[in-house]
Amino acid sequence: MELLLQQVMAGLATGAIYACMALAVVMIYQAIDHLNFAQGEMAMFSTFVAWQLIEWGQPYWLAFVLSIALSFVGGVAIERILFRPLHRAPVLSNLVSFIALFGILNSAAGFIWDFNVKTFPTPFGTRPLFGSALIDTHEAGMIGVTLLMLLLLYGFFRGTRLGLAMRAAAENPESARLVGIRVGWMTALGWGMAAAIGAVAGMLIAPVVFLEPNMMGGVLLYGFAGAVLGGLTSPGGAVIGGFAVGVIENLAGAFIPYVGRELKLTIALVLIVAVLMVRPSGLFGRTVVSRV
Amino acid sequence: MSTPREEAVPFEAARPIQLARPQRRHLAIAAFVVAALLLPLAAQSFITFQLTLVMVYGLAILGLNLLTGFNGQFSLGHSAFYGIGAYTAAILMDRWDLPYFCTLPAAGAVCFAVGFLFGLPALRLQGIYLALATFALAIAMPQILKFDPLEGLTGGVQGISILKPDPPFGMPIDADQWLYYFTLAVILVMFAGAASLAHSRTGRAMMAIRDNPIAAAAMGINTALYKSLTFGVSALYTGVAGALGAIAVQFVAPDSFSYLLSVSLLVGLVVGGVGSIPGSLFGGVFVLFVPNLAERVSTGLAGAIYGVILLIVIFVMPSGAAGFARLTIGRLTGSRQPRP
Repeated sequence: MELLLQQVMAGLATGAIYACMALAVVMIYQAIDHLNFAQGEMAMFSTFVAWQLIEWGQPYWLAFVLSIALSFVGGVAIERILFRPLHRAPVLSNLVSFIALFGILNSAAGFIWDFNVKTFPTPFGTRPLFGSALIDTHEAGMIGVTLLMLLLLYGFFRGTRLGLAMRAAAENPESARLVGIRVGWMTALGWGMAAAIGAVAGMLIAPVVFLEPNMMGGVLLYGFAGAVLGGLTSPGGAVIGGFAVGVIENLAGAFIPYVGRELKLTIALVLIVAVLMVRPSGLFGRTVVSRV
Repeated sequence: MSTPREEAVPFEAARPIQLARPQRRHLAIAAFVVAALLLPLAAQSFITFQLTLVMVYGLAILGLNLLTGFNGQFSLGHSAFYGIGAYTAAILMDRWDLPYFCTLPAAGAVCFAVGFLFGLPALRLQGIYLALATFALAIAMPQILKFDPLEGLTGGVQGISILKPDPPFGMPIDADQWLYYFTLAVILVMFAGAASLAHSRTGRAMMAIRDNPIAAAAMGINTALYKSLTFGVSALYTGVAGALGAIAVQFVAPDSFSYLLSVSLLVGLVVGGVGSIPGSLFGGVFVLFVPNLAERVSTGLAGAIYGVILLIVIFVMPSGAAGFARLTIGRLTGSRQPRP
């Protein structure tokens, strides 16, 4: 029982990382209807920017805010320059452009900041929380920030005109355009927000996995898995999915004898696919019904 | 932008095969075959080896193309089928001492079975969800190949080394050239098979499912059967390519078949042209040579240069080399106006 609790808590702590990433994935999916393979690399790049600012002697929170702002601008710029001209191209061409973007960001970060592993500071400290060995303050802070972002996003999408406009543009671009919403700019805004959320995720993850150009490889994978498990149309579902993936991964590693440790990633993915068999749009996703 | 405007079709594909100009097509194929036959006589053996790999990748991409381009199903798991094919060949040659040419049908059969079985649960999934499921397969494959209990069969992390086949009947060519000709013969048969499949009743059923699954079902097409069959055939093609690749490289190891291979195949598919059979071969050229080219320009920024080249290609040819060629030929002959 002790072990179970310990593993669940450890799973929640890693799950918070995946949940952050899953949230960013869902955001951009809502805005552009594609999964962005370069999402993790965008987050990594933003984290490097923050690291550089801190190296130059800026205080943590200023670097945090500046990096988010720069990421937002960067995200909008990527949409305007790269993906705007491609919005009529086939889906798969867009997908390949994401792969290209992935390569460019990864290799540029390695070129600018080299591939040595760097430590990234955390504002929450790493003491054990409430004196228990189960979870430390950084992990708790990470879970807190993820939930806070979720709340803010919920408020934004449900409560503001701009949020409503963005949802309309994603849902039905033609009709949205007819009622005067600038659909192209809504997409760009979606990119900017996704980049900003990615920056937050990156800066929260970096103290745990350490900063280097390939830090996001595994995280993005689990983030995708979490997002798909929760349902790509539901930000809340994505966060729950991210936590669930973390817990499943940890439990599989600890409790399934023999195969558990080596194949825990595989087991997690197989489990997710099994869930998708039963609920093809994810746990909390809307089933898309199309008129014939 | 002077980019040709394309309709936003989800899977820009198969303006189906132009039957109207068979002569020109036959001429092009004949020219290709003659050039392919003569090339290794003039080229160095390393170039010959690379061209062999181009054909191998082209065949693997053709497998993916049958699934994605002709049937509208998406896969990031083809590295797994490639790996299964490669391992089948290596195990048969190393453990059971079978001659190399016997391994191809075996690899094809194994991959067909695996692909067909995987296609059954995949029936319930579409788009992104199918991508994730197939991606899980791609992630799982290297781990399964490294898995301890299977080490006796797969050689674990070390993999398996095999011997390069010698040319038969004392032919006056070296082993690389022989392998090239052998691969060429195999891919000619396989490409011809794919082309006739695409023209057949089955091929039209596949494309009907891609274009509108509900209408296809209403016309009496057994969509479930055809979709899983396509998965099987697609895996068969990629598996045979894997077996050929293993024979050419003379070595298989788990990490050669990671999801990155799937990503390469996807890039090749899109660059070559989704739904184009000859385009697959162009995809093979791109996948093999462009990363090396990027590496040569700058080692530190190789990934970035590869990315930039890829972006330029997508901007210039949003529907791949095949779509670009179609537009260019159309413009030159004036037979098809690209713009309305």
